[in-house]
Amino acid sequence: MIDFVVHDEGDSVGVVVVEGVKAGDKLSGWIMDQDKEIEFTAASDIPIGHKLAIKPLKEGDTVIKYGTDIGKVVADIGIGGHAHVQNIKTKRW
Amino acid sequence: MPLDLSNTTILGYRRENGRVGVRNHVIILPVDDLANAACEAVANNIKGTMALPHPYGRLQFGEDLELHFRTLIGTGANPNVAAVVVIGIENGWTQRVVDGIAATGKPVRGFGIEQHGDHETIMKASQVAKEYVQWASELHREEAQVSDLWVSTKCGESDTTSGCGANPTVGNAFDKMYPHGTTLLFGETSEITGGEHLVAERCRNDEVRERFMFMFDRYQDMINRYKTSDLSESQPTKGNIEGGLTTIEEKALGNIQKIGKQCLVDGVLDKAETPTGPGLWFMDSSSAAAEMVTLAAAAGYVVHLFPTGQGNIIGNPIIPVIKICANPRTVRTMSEHVDVDVSGLLRKEMTPDQAGDALLDSMFRTVNGRLTSAEAMGHREFVLTRLYESA
Repeated sequence: MIDFVVHDEGDSVGVVVVEGVKAGDKLSGWIMDQDKEIEFTAASDIPIGHKLAIKPLKEGDTVIKYGTDIGKVVADIGIGGHAHVQNIKTKRW
Repeated sequence: MPLDLSNTTILGYRRENGRVGVRNHVIILPVDDLANAACEAVANNIKGTMALPHPYGRLQFGEDLELHFRTLIGTGANPNVAAVVVIGIENGWTQRVVDGIAATGKPVRGFGIEQHGDHETIMKASQVAKEYVQWASELHREEAQVSDLWVSTKCGESDTTSGCGANPTVGNAFDKMYPHGTTLLFGETSEITGGEHLVAERCRNDEVRERFMFMFDRYQDMINRYKTSDLSESQPTKGNIEGGLTTIEEKALGNIQKIGKQCLVDGVLDKAETPTGPGLWFMDSSSAAAEMVTLAAAAGYVVHLFPTGQGNIIGNPIIPVIKICANPRTVRTMSEHVDVDVSGLLRKEMTPDQAGDALLDSMFRTVNGRLTSAEAMGHREFVLTRLYESA
């Protein structure tokens, strides 16, 4: 059972691909590019399609997904935490 | 068994100019907003024809007017269209659209409303539309090649599953068609923001790269001129954010999965411009679904691959729009809109190659005549791109 996917092993976030993830759930992840498996515990409820941090992220850090910069952290995110518009912003515009 | 495109043929309508269409529409095309009522009346009179109402065409000028003509002429010239009746408020601009479409060799007639009124115009245009639709109904599909196909892509209401499922599926299909001489298209200029360096690296040569960066920078300048925020809720959209996409960079990196891993960007087009050869083309275009698909149809593309995450339901009157989705919730809650379900990719139940083949299989069936979900449900979003205010 795959609960979340990660594009590249250097990424700082993964994407939840199942419905109903609750805080405390143990999640199985699939790193797609390297075809590896990892496990994390969700630190909060995370809707399908939303991201969880798989590395600790501090304010000012760059968020990496697809092995590429997708924006900056504006509020700290712990491992397994819900990473979205409340704590990540674009570096453009 | 994997698809072998070197042995694949399609069934299409070979038009007067040699292009191959996959639909056989007779359209009633308004030059301007004022002609919508007459066009809709003709389409109501003559079964099997289709009016394309739109809100523009008055007092436009300069580049915006040129784009208006290019889009209307390109729509009529599209090989999915057998014949066209054009109606405008006056004769001059009506004739300009007629002349542009006539260059393809297909049947086209124009009618100006002034000095005649709606009633006489509708009567005369209906007589011609009836001749056209009866003529078109006797045209037959004939065998054609994969190299005769022009295939466009643009995604909509994307979410994070688009970038790991539906968009790479289009990329896989593009990589498979590219060596066979298919003419391919992507665009969505603002939605490359954060991945522009990756597209630039894929350009065939410096000339193409410079042209791509010119189009990219031109769009960024426009956004910077008018923006009042970081565009969050517009680009990415509110629906994208609901689906888990956070920034434009994240959305862009998912978006560009659609051009696969091997295709090179062979050329760059302005909005509604027609490509001059096979390969992968980038078109400067809005990322709004109906605008971009309308521009792709006006450029001559005949079938469109449309990945969605949260469930964009768009169609187009001229070209069939095939929906691909990897989000298991959307596939469950909006199944009537999904043509190709690739949610198995995220469960490792399907490989990228299998997903690409499933999409190509659906595309060939569509090309050969099967209606898409959007066609069956009557989605005909025809939306003209405007560059600025009318005079």
